[in-house]
Amino acid sequence: MLQIHNLYKVFHIGEINEKMALQKINLLLKPGEFVTVIGGNGAGKSTLLNCIAGVHLPEKGTILLDGKEITHLPDYRRAGSICRIFQDPMIGTAASLTVEENLALALRRGQRRRLTRAITRSERELFRQKLAVLELGLEGRLTTPVKLLSGGQRQALALLMATLVRPKLALLDEHTASLDPKTALRVLHLTRTLFEKENITTLMITHNMEQALELGRRLIMLHEGSLILDVNDGERDGLTVPKLVELFHAASGEQLHNDRLLLH
Amino acid sequence: MSITLIWSTLILGLLYGLLVLGVFLTFRILNYADLSVDGSLPLGAAITATLIFNGMNPFLATLLAIPLGALAGLITGILHTRFSITPLLSGILTMIGLYSINLRIMSRPNVTLLRHDTIFDLLASATGLSLRLSQSVVALAVIVAAVVGLYLFLNTELGQALRGTGDNEVMLRSLGVNTDRMKILGLAISNALVALSGAMIAQYQGFADINMGIGMIIIGLASVIIGEVALGVRSIFGRLCAVVAGSILYRLAIALVLRISFIDYTDLKLFTALLVTIALISPEISKKFRPAPNLALLEHKTGGVERAGN
Repeated sequence: MLQIHNLYKVFHIGEINEKMALQKINLLLKPGEFVTVIGGNGAGKSTLLNCIAGVHLPEKGTILLDGKEITHLPDYRRAGSICRIFQDPMIGTAASLTVEENLALALRRGQRRRLTRAITRSERELFRQKLAVLELGLEGRLTTPVKLLSGGQRQALALLMATLVRPKLALLDEHTASLDPKTALRVLHLTRTLFEKENITTLMITHNMEQALELGRRLIMLHEGSLILDVNDGERDGLTVPKLVELFHAASGEQLHNDRLLLH
Repeated sequence: MSITLIWSTLILGLLYGLLVLGVFLTFRILNYADLSVDGSLPLGAAITATLIFNGMNPFLATLLAIPLGALAGLITGILHTRFSITPLLSGILTMIGLYSINLRIMSRPNVTLLRHDTIFDLLASATGLSLRLSQSVVALAVIVAAVVGLYLFLNTELGQALRGTGDNEVMLRSLGVNTDRMKILGLAISNALVALSGAMIAQYQGFADINMGIGMIIIGLASVIIGEVALGVRSIFGRLCAVVAGSILYRLAIALVLRISFIDYTDLKLFTALLVTIALISPEISKKFRPAPNLALLEHKTGGVERAGN
């Protein structure tokens, strides 16, 4: 489904703070695969997702989605097949628009926007059904401006918006990190229902190792811009957090000094 | 105030209402402070007045202001999106450039329409209405058409994408919307409305003047803010109507201020600037003067601190 070949991304080229954010990344995702991505701060996790999404254009290498080269396509032109969820729930939804308006925008992801009515009656019915799945009571609040919802509700809505049109690839960037533990768990549960169980090819960044081992059947680890670990199926199933830390040491030759990774 | 004065104030409020709708579209919907309106309002006035002066049908001359205004907005939009010039500066560049273009169009600082028929005169002679009545009819018809048209547009797929762009650009791009194109579209529509406003005002007052655009952005903002504060509505349609009402209220305020003996016509810009400043800082001020919350009462209401977390 997704083929990344020899990908390089450099920031601030020619300046004193030049930084190799990604180097020699090779990654192949099978259709329906749910992959968790871990790594310390500055490891290049978000840069990788942003390159796939088209926010950053890589210096070298190719990205193929479903056999089609998308390496240099602007972000809005690959949005038809790629959906994104952000860490900040405020970015995933438009605050001043209502719940149904946000959903209507998402329902036309990747399509040409025309001069026809933005929301039809049958679509409104569809939104109600889909919102009921979230079990947040949002199906009764279609015309509420999104800014009146809580962060967790907004993130749940963002998840629904991402899957309203089935994407070929989903990119989730620490989408539970800014939520309180209870809400985070709920959003994680939704992630399972909406992405994993639906066999949507997904790359999910997380800083939580337990979370990384809980979802999906494949785990990759980035360190200083390189892919240093890629474990699959059986190998992945036997992993625990301490073992993962050990693997990290072996692969990077460094002590894992990142508090954020160790704490979880 | 005499009835005649109030009446003419109302008409002027409606005609400037087109400008206000344009400013509302960029400032509130697109979240873009577009200064090109100071150039596109006299652009509309200049082209229409000059064409009428040279004998063109006034309806046609008025209509021609629309694409020219849109073109001005297009230029501002391209300067901002293609060349990453800040919104403020892109608007100023267009505005300054238009000053010379407007002078070229008129080939003198002002064009008078005293001996020429305007759309108002044509309607009056065709229907037998008085001039004042035909002015009212035209102003009302145009503003209603603009409000309804904008309302319908903002509820199309395209209009919704435009509103989303002003709200959350990152999200809209992630949903496949070319947000640059949306900004250009919004700026074009806005400046088209503003130029139409200028075309109508020139015919109403009987002349176009090179300096009639100075401070238009502030007048637009003042009207938007007055309308929002006075009516406080939230729906899109309500807000569109509110800003037109704001335009009328602004004109009435100006008419009242002018009745104060020591205030000159030339003081109006200062008055408007003060009005907008007060409106912009009033939320801050009211925050400062709000009484401190009664904590004891709040605790009582929520059943005390212990249970507040449950």
